[in-house]
Amino acid sequence: MTKKKIRVLGAKPGLDGHDRGIKIICCALRDAGMEVIYTGLRQTPEQIVQAAIQEDVDAIAMSVLSGAHDYLFPRVMELLKEAGVTDILVIGGGIIPEEDVPQLKDAGIQAVFGPGTPTTDIIRFIENNVSP
Amino acid sequence: MYDAKKLKEIEESLDPWARKTQEVLDKRPERKDRFETLSGIPVERVYTPLSEPEIDYMEDLGFPGDYPYTRGVQPTMYRGRLWTMRQYAGFASAEESNRRYKYLLEQGQTGLSVAFDLPTQIGYDSDHPMARGEVGKVGVAIDSLKDVETLFQGIPLGQVSTSMTINAPAAVLLAMYVQTAAGQGVDSAKLRGTIQNDILKEYSARGTYIFPPAPSMRIITDIFSFCSKHIPMWNTISISGYHIREAGCTAVQEVAFTLANGIAYVEAALEAGLKADDFAPRLSFFFNAHLDFFEEIAKFRAARRLWARIMKQRFGAQSPRSLMLRFHTQTAGSTLTAQQPQNNITRVTLQALAAVLGGTQSLHTNSMDEAFSLPSEEAVQTALRTQQLIAYESGAANTVDPLGGSFYVERLTSGIEERAQTYIDEIDKKGGAVAAIEQGYIQKEILESAYAYQKAVEAGHQIVVGLNMFQDEEVPPKNLLRVDPGVMESQVAKLEQLKAGRDSIAVDSALKKLKQCAQGSDNLMPPIMEAVKCYATLGEICDTLREVFGEYTAMSTL
Repeated sequence: MTKKKIRVLGAKPGLDGHDRGIKIICCALRDAGMEVIYTGLRQTPEQIVQAAIQEDVDAIAMSVLSGAHDYLFPRVMELLKEAGVTDILVIGGGIIPEEDVPQLKDAGIQAVFGPGTPTTDIIRFIENNVSP
Repeated sequence: MYDAKKLKEIEESLDPWARKTQEVLDKRPERKDRFETLSGIPVERVYTPLSEPEIDYMEDLGFPGDYPYTRGVQPTMYRGRLWTMRQYAGFASAEESNRRYKYLLEQGQTGLSVAFDLPTQIGYDSDHPMARGEVGKVGVAIDSLKDVETLFQGIPLGQVSTSMTINAPAAVLLAMYVQTAAGQGVDSAKLRGTIQNDILKEYSARGTYIFPPAPSMRIITDIFSFCSKHIPMWNTISISGYHIREAGCTAVQEVAFTLANGIAYVEAALEAGLKADDFAPRLSFFFNAHLDFFEEIAKFRAARRLWARIMKQRFGAQSPRSLMLRFHTQTAGSTLTAQQPQNNITRVTLQALAAVLGGTQSLHTNSMDEAFSLPSEEAVQTALRTQQLIAYESGAANTVDPLGGSFYVERLTSGIEERAQTYIDEIDKKGGAVAAIEQGYIQKEILESAYAYQKAVEAGHQIVVGLNMFQDEEVPPKNLLRVDPGVMESQVAKLEQLKAGRDSIAVDSALKKLKQCAQGSDNLMPPIMEAVKCYATLGEICDTLREVFGEYTAMSTL
């Protein structure tokens, strides 16, 4: 039996237009054999949660470089919880000061990846933490 | 440029030299089989007059201040006046940013550069649902003329030049600036500065678009036309390769995609009935200063020569000022590392030096802590001092185009120009820059280069000091700048107060007139000026235009 492919939603919440990072990660995840859906820019947390449910993804990878992660990441988690979704791995990245990481993890973001992270680390983290 | 007999002599001496070199290579091979620039241009062992035998001094280089401006746009360059030291800054509220501007001016900065927050850049007031979490984060929050008045409180707008990184709502922010100056008693004819106003790279790389391409191009040409009559010293656009490069393209692509966008603006303005020599002198450019030192210097020189040729040959511009590519430079934010952040000071120094050797008109040097957050005051000071060191200590500013005539730099300059021209031809075939963006071609090219670079870093082919080589234990940085989370509440409160205190009948009437103008074809600037004057908000003005123009939806393909 062939193994089911991991499905990931690459997402840009908020107004930030820096999409180099998320697009590269999406390419790397795809090249690692995952199925990747990329939302494009300017997604509200509501749109992201809806897309994640509709696309039945195993993981959401969000990227914010504008500093709005402190509102947007926890908001996505809140909406997932409200929708009764507990089995989607949610990770984040971007320009995120170290001191913000604990509160994001408390909100349910399972890992935060900063600048310079090799894509292989992200691939491994997703592979180790989801069971499709 | 070279005597044929002399060239022959060099050619004849090449063989003995190659034999001697082979002996060295047999004992000690070179570090790599193949050397190349970051754009992938092959780099030879050594360059000689044979590398560029056809180069014609008067035709290809010329004197500084003369066509084709390869050596610079002014005859004396930095011997006359140094480049403008202009640090991009702005965060939180207008009050807070005003303090930072005054600090920078006290520290010897010579021009202002305003960073707006994302809601402002996308035409939302601070109380818009989409603004949640973003107010005051990447720049200052501006909702109305009132905020701009506060932003420049005590800064004499008749004396300082101000650059504003604002694109889709550029007309509105320019109107607010003109009104603020008027309030200080400064006539618009005296104002110097720049609005970025470059929507095409927003679609392809930066993301702060509002309207679809056609109405966006109309707004831009309306600004060109209005400024040529009323704000003659204002740079009406800053055609930006910076963000395209940050998004991951190469130096060659940066030149090509930027100049292709420039061609699209010129064509749009000509189509709108403007004359090239009426608006082209106020076009300005904005480039990135990246890692590959010589390639970057050559890039700036190539961009100048190529643009001069395009303006003269393709568009028949006559005025020398129409042919001159004047540009701002910022060091490459994407090359800053979170690992060993102090190394960023050195990276920025090299990049800034390349910009100066390439003949930039103004410069922003990044701060060492920008891989973590907006820069702290201390980090900004070091970044500004880096420019001052280059200007006053290094001697690099003492002669014009010091690398002109370097066999390597001249070959690279021509190499970049040739390759960029090939891209521009390709874009022309696709129907021009707007069509190429709508087809996703530019975005695809950028992503391919970005991904290739990332793979090269991860494979260790591209060394990043402190990241994939010479790593050390990391200590989280201290004293990072934090934007006060209360800024949104106070901005929203200010908005409520503003709306309660203004003449709402005047606002309604101004917005109605703006809507009618947008539905027709008259210049949009006068009704925008009127709306701004009676304190209509940025969001109200942009919403009025949204009703008529609609909104752009980007492709989200990888």
